[in-house]
Amino acid sequence: MSGLGKSLKIALGLAVIAGLIIVPMNFNRYGLFILSQWAVMTIAAMGLNLTLGYAGQVSLAQGAFVGIGAYAAAIMTTHGWPLPVAILVAIILSFAVGWVLGYPALRVQHHYLAFVTLAFSTLAFLVFRNESWLTGGIYGISNIPRPHFFGIPTNKPLPFYYVCLGSLAIVSVAVWWLIRSPWGRAFMALRENPLRAQSLGVDTRRYTLMAFAIGSALGGVAGALYAPLTQYIDPVPFNLSLSLDLLMMVIVGGAGFFLGPFLGAMIAVLLPEWLRFTEGYYLMLYAVAVMLLLIWSPTGILGILDRYLAERRTKAASALRAVAKSRLETAQ
Amino acid sequence: MSDAILSVHNLVGGYGKMTILNGTTFAVPQATITTIIGPNGAGKSTVFKAIFGLLKLREGKISFAGRDVTNLSQRALLNAGICYVPQGRNIFPELSVRHNIELGGVAAGKDIDLPTRIEAALDLFPVLRRKSAQQASTLSGGEQKQLEIARSLLLEPKLVLIDEPSIGLSPLMVQQTFDILKSLRDRGVTILMIEQNARSALEISDFGIVLELGQTRMFDKAERILNDPRIGQLFLGGAMEESAA
Repeated sequence: MSGLGKSLKIALGLAVIAGLIIVPMNFNRYGLFILSQWAVMTIAAMGLNLTLGYAGQVSLAQGAFVGIGAYAAAIMTTHGWPLPVAILVAIILSFAVGWVLGYPALRVQHHYLAFVTLAFSTLAFLVFRNESWLTGGIYGISNIPRPHFFGIPTNKPLPFYYVCLGSLAIVSVAVWWLIRSPWGRAFMALRENPLRAQSLGVDTRRYTLMAFAIGSALGGVAGALYAPLTQYIDPVPFNLSLSLDLLMMVIVGGAGFFLGPFLGAMIAVLLPEWLRFTEGYYLMLYAVAVMLLLIWSPTGILGILDRYLAERRTKAASALRAVAKSRLETAQ
Repeated sequence: MSDAILSVHNLVGGYGKMTILNGTTFAVPQATITTIIGPNGAGKSTVFKAIFGLLKLREGKISFAGRDVTNLSQRALLNAGICYVPQGRNIFPELSVRHNIELGGVAAGKDIDLPTRIEAALDLFPVLRRKSAQQASTLSGGEQKQLEIARSLLLEPKLVLIDEPSIGLSPLMVQQTFDILKSLRDRGVTILMIEQNARSALEISDFGIVLELGQTRMFDKAERILNDPRIGQLFLGGAMEESAA
């Protein structure tokens, strides 16, 4: 990458971050809720992107992990525990359950694995609904408190939006580090060819389990933020359709691209809101827009950008070759 | 054989109920190129998988540098000094050339200075240095094979198991690949190679092993195998006479 290109990227990144901090100051309660939901869902989608996009393991259970995190946070914070401790418990719990869910992936792949994870998603939903002694059953858990940070209450929408945004920033840095570490490379090797990965000493068993566990843990983090965001949870938001939504976010944004979940969550959370002016047609328009996008670019929005950049590089290389050829001919 | 770095003794194993290796026994002398030849189904690739712990053996013992390495994990074998370049294209096409090489260091211990070794590997293959930021899928077949070899050298192996390095390469590229293997041998690395292109491979080899039906039918100096009229018979589909064993 040229120095200018890198500077431009950094400047663009800083402008987006500044925009995310400053612009919402003027948003109303609903706008802040939607933007906070975008941040939370981006975290969950980043987890699925690690499992699916980077390590190549299909999962239809990410919504269940958001549920596990949400219930862990709701139960703990309504019993007086601080949110950071609840987030930690949500991470550990989701990581452990995700690790166990990874075992089927050692035996089955692709749509078979999708069905195994789908069954888990249904199982988790049934636990949330039926084990009312713990989860409140269909009545759910209400009055979930929002935390105080350094003595500052986050009850109001804007401070809690900053909590969500700050959490997204921390998760983003951690994921960025992970995918650039040998771990990330090993995940990609696993996705591309497990036998090749094994011949290089990648412990495919361990990395498959880790891909599930880390991805699920991020689902847990998202859930632990979702509970205080809505301040009321019941089993319905964590059914299979959330897992499918998260899968769509990853695919539409661009699976295996770092920024894919950010864009995918933006499409899934914000686009239906932007289309509300069409009144009764907004969900239909949204469905058509997603279908057209995936027909045009099966690798998602970032796939389009990637294709454009690859074409530009090819053209630049061809131009350089043509110049070199004409110089050679002139010299002869 | 006293200077053997690798000895396989009486290997028995296969896939499911099918037995491929029927008591395979041979030894590979240190700092040599040894080529395994044999007809399809002789168990050539299977013996590599057995050595590299990818096939659970029913019987037999594998010793490397005087140590029993039978059924060790791939990570342990890489750390012991054995690396394996499987048949076909083994690059990760979506990753860059540099990232592909870095993957060779997944099993590296903390005491290994990987960045220095990556630079050394790139020094050895200038074309890879030039194209280090490119996607690996954009390399030619020969360059991809060089990338695989560069990656396998990252842990400074003592023994390289390389399966059909010439497959899908032009004659010029095959020659280049064989030259690289010869230079590795000259630096003290032992090469154990499987090759269908038997004549060319034996020409650059020190020793040859003829495998048939999972058994070693012949172990000798490469030039003797090359000049043995029975080898032609074997590759024409007939079995070797018992006296050849």
